[in-house]
Amino acid sequence: MNTVIEYESPITRKFNAVVEILEKYEYDSSRLITILQLVQEEYRYLPKEVLPYIATALNMPIAEVYGVATFYAHFSLEAKGKYVVKVCNGTACHVKGSMPIVDALYKKLNLTKEQTTTPDMMFTVETVSCLGACGLAPVMVVNEKVFGEVTPEKISEIIDDYLENKEA
Amino acid sequence: MEKQKYISVNGRNILIENEKNVLEVIRKANIELPTFCYHSELSIYGACRLCVVDVDGKGVQASCSIAPEDGMVVQTNTSEIRTIRKVNLELLLANHDIQCPTCDRSNNCKLQELSSKIGISQSRFKKTNVNFPVDDRSESIVHNPNRCVLCGDCVRMCKEVQSVGAIDFIHRGAQTRVAPAFGMSLADVECVNCGQCVSVCPVGSLTVKPEMDKVWDDLTNPNKTVVVQVAPAVRVAIGEQFGSEAGTISTGKMVNALKLLGFDKVYDTSFSADMTIMEEVQELLERKMNKGQLPLITSCCPSWVKFAEQYYPELLPNLSSCKSPQQMFGSVAKKLLPDMLGVDKKELVVVSVMPCTAKKMEAKRPEFSHEDIAEVDHVITTTELVKMISNAGIIYNELLPESFDMPFGFKTGGGILFGNSGGVMEAALRYAYEKITGETLIDSDFEIVRGESGLRTIEVNLPESTLKVGVAHSLSNARILCEQIKNGQSDIDFIEMMACPGGCVVGGGQPVSFDNNFKKKRTASLYNCDKQLQLHKSQENPYVSDIYKNELGEIGGEKAHHLLHTTYNSRKRISDISLDVRNSVNHKVKVSVCVGTNCYVRGSQELLKKLVVYVTQNKLQDMVGFEKQEETVDVSATFCYEKCDRGPVVSVNNITIEKATFAAVKKAIQIELEKCRIDMMV
Repeated sequence: MNTVIEYESPITRKFNAVVEILEKYEYDSSRLITILQLVQEEYRYLPKEVLPYIATALNMPIAEVYGVATFYAHFSLEAKGKYVVKVCNGTACHVKGSMPIVDALYKKLNLTKEQTTTPDMMFTVETVSCLGACGLAPVMVVNEKVFGEVTPEKISEIIDDYLENKEA
Repeated sequence: MEKQKYISVNGRNILIENEKNVLEVIRKANIELPTFCYHSELSIYGACRLCVVDVDGKGVQASCSIAPEDGMVVQTNTSEIRTIRKVNLELLLANHDIQCPTCDRSNNCKLQELSSKIGISQSRFKKTNVNFPVDDRSESIVHNPNRCVLCGDCVRMCKEVQSVGAIDFIHRGAQTRVAPAFGMSLADVECVNCGQCVSVCPVGSLTVKPEMDKVWDDLTNPNKTVVVQVAPAVRVAIGEQFGSEAGTISTGKMVNALKLLGFDKVYDTSFSADMTIMEEVQELLERKMNKGQLPLITSCCPSWVKFAEQYYPELLPNLSSCKSPQQMFGSVAKKLLPDMLGVDKKELVVVSVMPCTAKKMEAKRPEFSHEDIAEVDHVITTTELVKMISNAGIIYNELLPESFDMPFGFKTGGGILFGNSGGVMEAALRYAYEKITGETLIDSDFEIVRGESGLRTIEVNLPESTLKVGVAHSLSNARILCEQIKNGQSDIDFIEMMACPGGCVVGGGQPVSFDNNFKKKRTASLYNCDKQLQLHKSQENPYVSDIYKNELGEIGGEKAHHLLHTTYNSRKRISDISLDVRNSVNHKVKVSVCVGTNCYVRGSQELLKKLVVYVTQNKLQDMVGFEKQEETVDVSATFCYEKCDRGPVVSVNNITIEKATFAAVKKAIQIELEKCRIDMMV
């Protein structure tokens, strides 16, 4: 159904989006993964509170939805920053020195292996297994933007650029 | 005639009949293939990789997961197969928190048994150091993920047979474990405490929550008088743990053991089951006569009751208001025994021995405690009783039979049948027949309501009328019946529901049996227990009649109602999660819309959407101080106000609106806003 909404706060928009996603896939529990993917796009993660709602709407156990959401590395139940920095730690990037890049990011953003998101919800740092761009190793991706042949020295500059955007 | 098909198992031809997989065919060749994850009543999972066989042309395959084909050549015992099985078991052992001497399932553990059978002398792999917290907050079940072999039997049992799905695999790889949603405790989710996960767990990962220590404390306290009631299904299973064949009846030995343990009186729950029949049939006939809500559904099974409270609150008026036999016994005992035995009510302890894990939860329901005195103080399962007998060093098999104490040890066959699926129905029919027809029932057996099928509807022909009855076991079957009733497709008068697949004889508190026919044997034995008694109809129990005459008055009367009946409440499936839809910080009016299952189907989602649109669109600028209403009114989705039969439920600040409509909620918001406005102006 189409509800015409003239004014929407961002959060309302998200909840309506969840409802629309469920409607689009006709409350079909076999489409759970697709639904979760789209919901994650809306919130940038899967909020704990949304999962029982999705489970109820799809008429399936909450534990099953939670099981799927925790199985795939793609899904996150933790809120992520506005910018998700993925450092490739596949074989090629690893030998070309991806770990010093991670360390540089941690230092720059004051993060640790345990705490990977900045308190201001701007940055999340994570490692991934292979981005398939080994020729550019070491590779790092910020949201959709790819940075090749990164060095620890370049990190500060890249992050600062994003921080300045925030100011703008 | 169709050509017969064979597969060759280790060189011998074995006929393929209707087996769905090679494993079943191999079993016919008298070869026991090791398995963790294969249960014929559950879907095939193929995870444990112990039933591997060598299939000519296909290589090593899990025999549970391949269909038998004519001419297949299978080897079950090559050196390669033996090595694979050993390695797989060693890997499981590396993951397993080995605590055998203190484990509840020691001596009855598949991992232990298979390690010894397959001949594991060492585990060469490094132990994993994962240490997950043990969940012991449920009243019925203790879950220790560190002992889990990830066979998934519990997950499939809960989802497929019980249609609850309280647990599932969470996370992945080395972090995989079985848990409820969000890693919450079983106590806080939709678990119905049936304990079927405990029954299928091959190891000690899911076990019964023990209450033995509390019983020991009271037994050894000289100030306490401790009486015990024993449920019917216990007597046909307890012997198994002392080496007897499945289904062996050892009532007399069991009573003797209980007396040796120090119980002052040993009574039979079948006695109060006879009372349940009197009250329940009365309720049925009254509803039939007064065109009350039908079908009447039994309420003896606490798992079924919790299931109904969570998923079918609209059917709660259909549930018989009768307490279960356990609770009827408790309330009668706490009322009459203090005088009969000359003890102070506060010093009287009622213990139950049950085949059931959910009875522990039932006994702790607030409805069943009055002025801080519980009707039933402690509930132990059959397996716990076995442990207590062993603790005390009693040699069970050498005991001579003893008799139950009077008067609450006296029962008819009707009360005994409560342990079998179809048994409550049969006992009820034995009384209903006489009540309806006014004739004496000569042959008291109602074979037509017996059987193994999980869902049976039967028309019982009486001389001048018919009674349409239904019998369901396993909650997935209960769900089918509930849906039919909800959709108005049911003309059944009376339904018996039991959560466990086969009834109480296979309850979650019963010994775990690896005998493939244990269900049939226990069921048959319980019918034999009925036959061994002289009285078969609950209404013939003279001591039940005495209680009505001396204490309760009329069957279904006011006094009986006060003591023997109860009420039910709708319940939320998962506790304390709400979804903030608007996230306004300084709101003055908080609107919460329930999106739990029942309100959801009653249209709460539409309502929620409309409300969000309403509060964001209407800024009510004519109201002073409310130019930004979207900051003032907060809308959230919440899970269950436990008033599901009156949904959709919406709360506006402290006001709860049942059967909420958009107009009603809008009005309430306006009233609240007006209040705020006045406050602000003052």
